[in-house]
Amino acid sequence: MTSIDIKEDSIPAPRSREEKSGRLLDVKDLHVEFHTRDGVVKAVNGVNYSVDAGETLAVLGESGSGKSVTAQAIMGILDMPPGKIPQGEILFRGQDMLKMSNEERRKVRGRKIAMIFQDALSSLNPVLSVGYQLGEMFRVHEGMGRKEAKAKAIELMDRVKIPAARERVNDYPHQFSGGMRQRIMIAMALALEPDLIIADEPTTALDVTVQAQVMDLLAELQREYHMGLILITHDLGVVADVADKIAVMYAGRIVETAPVHELYKRPAHPYTRGLLDSIPRLDQKGHELYAIKGLPPNLLKIPSGCAFNPRCPKAQDICRTEIPALVPVTEQDGASLPGRGSACHFWKETIHG
Amino acid sequence: MGRYVARRLLQMIPVFIGTTLLIFIMVNVLPGDPVRALWGDKPPDPAQVAQIRHDRGLDLPLWQQYLHYMGGLLQGDFGNTIAGNRPVLDEITQAFPVSMRLASMAWTFELIVGISLGVLAGIRRGRFVDNTVTLFTLLVISVPIFVVGLLCQLFFGNELGWITPTVQDSEDMGQLLVPALVLGMVGLAYVARLTRTSIAENRQADYMRTAVAKGLPRQRIVTRHLLRNSLIPVVTYLGTDVGTLMGGAVITEGIFNVTGVGNLLFQALARREGAVIVGVVTVLVLVYLAASLIVDLLYAVLDPRIRYA
Repeated sequence: MTSIDIKEDSIPAPRSREEKSGRLLDVKDLHVEFHTRDGVVKAVNGVNYSVDAGETLAVLGESGSGKSVTAQAIMGILDMPPGKIPQGEILFRGQDMLKMSNEERRKVRGRKIAMIFQDALSSLNPVLSVGYQLGEMFRVHEGMGRKEAKAKAIELMDRVKIPAARERVNDYPHQFSGGMRQRIMIAMALALEPDLIIADEPTTALDVTVQAQVMDLLAELQREYHMGLILITHDLGVVADVADKIAVMYAGRIVETAPVHELYKRPAHPYTRGLLDSIPRLDQKGHELYAIKGLPPNLLKIPSGCAFNPRCPKAQDICRTEIPALVPVTEQDGASLPGRGSACHFWKETIHG
Repeated sequence: MGRYVARRLLQMIPVFIGTTLLIFIMVNVLPGDPVRALWGDKPPDPAQVAQIRHDRGLDLPLWQQYLHYMGGLLQGDFGNTIAGNRPVLDEITQAFPVSMRLASMAWTFELIVGISLGVLAGIRRGRFVDNTVTLFTLLVISVPIFVVGLLCQLFFGNELGWITPTVQDSEDMGQLLVPALVLGMVGLAYVARLTRTSIAENRQADYMRTAVAKGLPRQRIVTRHLLRNSLIPVVTYLGTDVGTLMGGAVITEGIFNVTGVGNLLFQALARREGAVIVGVVTVLVLVYLAASLIVDLLYAVLDPRIRYA
């Protein structure tokens, strides 16, 4: 296949053009909680986001911010119990997946929505060859035979640029390097050319040089197949190059949304500002590195009001009592900034002050 | 792989010599004299006793007897029994097929039922099935095998009359069924527990999450992804259990009157037939060694990360 610049017309895909565009995923007021012995852990508290075909949404946040749990809820791979979704909708092409039967959801998984996990070594089955694990997608979802599936697996390994794919198809995950393993994860997610891919910290377990290669590959394939991509990460560096828009999460809520470059230029939430300030910079060599004070909140006991208030340098009384809603962010003169939102009582001061 | 097998086979030689020597010494220090026992309650004739001892080489020093015995063994001669002067090999070739039949039935039972119960309990951990299996296996492990054996004999044999209380024909698989179930019961409980723990642990693994995310049907996830990763401890147990089932069936064989190896060993011990004891144990040692070699080779088949060079 060629690059997507030539537009959908020339793509020899079996799907119609309509299916390949438009709104893919709409998460509406999603809540996820875990019932544990110590109480109810509120991992996700009313998340809203959407992804269009060909669009990349980066979900940013510390560990425990609920970014992975949201993704797992979308995939339908949460352990339930202890997990529970008391409220919310996950619309995939307009259909609420939370209302689907198990079998319907299974058919969506892997075929329409696929996921790339963080640690490819533990996420691939150690006792099955990579060829088998890749081929399994075709055998299960498309009813292919063993031979055909293996040929497809080799093709896939070629697509993600694994050298000597034909010789390595029968190798096991432990025989590959970290970067190559992550490529195999990507290949597996891509196998059936899904509409949406969720990548959960796909480069965190890799060393820096390989990170860039893997991200480039992912971005390239995404463009080529015109897929929606949800990129979950805590690495602001990774996001800048590939994402279209960003959602910053804190304590199970989205605290800021923005198109990618605007967020870097003018954050509208003190938490985002803190994250940006804690990126090491060459021009500040020798200075102490900024860090957001305190620890992420305990999800069993989320602070009242704005969850970020105990760590926020700008916190006022209202922050301790009232939960700020995600409101649209505008220019100083009131001109709208499409796609921007902030859940801070003092977003005006933060962005314009 | 070939070199590994060769090395393992070579390692068997010292193990083999060591075990036979130990058994040989132990049989000789046992109180009681098989030659005198030939006369029963009557006073033996010292001259005749000395004659028999000399004929059998029993008057030689122990190390010479051992060398003599090993020399014979290498030529396939297991010696003769003292009472009756029959070749030990005959007794062994009579008893082993019976025990093999009994053991293989018990083993198959352990394998199929044990693993199935373990898988069921493991994937439904903490639920009703799991609790039932855990309780049942605990019960089986805690009750001595002779109690289970006698109860089965009483219930199925005497009360219900489904089986003959004792085995009349040790060649008949049908008659061996209940003894085999009794024999395999404890192993089954261990297999079920091992499988359960292993399954419950591996169920949390990251690759299981991947398998679900791939949209695989549940059955495939369990059989292809979960089971294979969970089987290594179970295979270890099942492997060593082959030997135990073959030689350790003394009680079960006694209750149901099966003329297998356990029975033979028990009789030989009672009559101080050293040659028979050493012969039987020798064969059992070989069975154990072969089983453990096969288990080790199976590891590599089950888990490609294990490779033997």
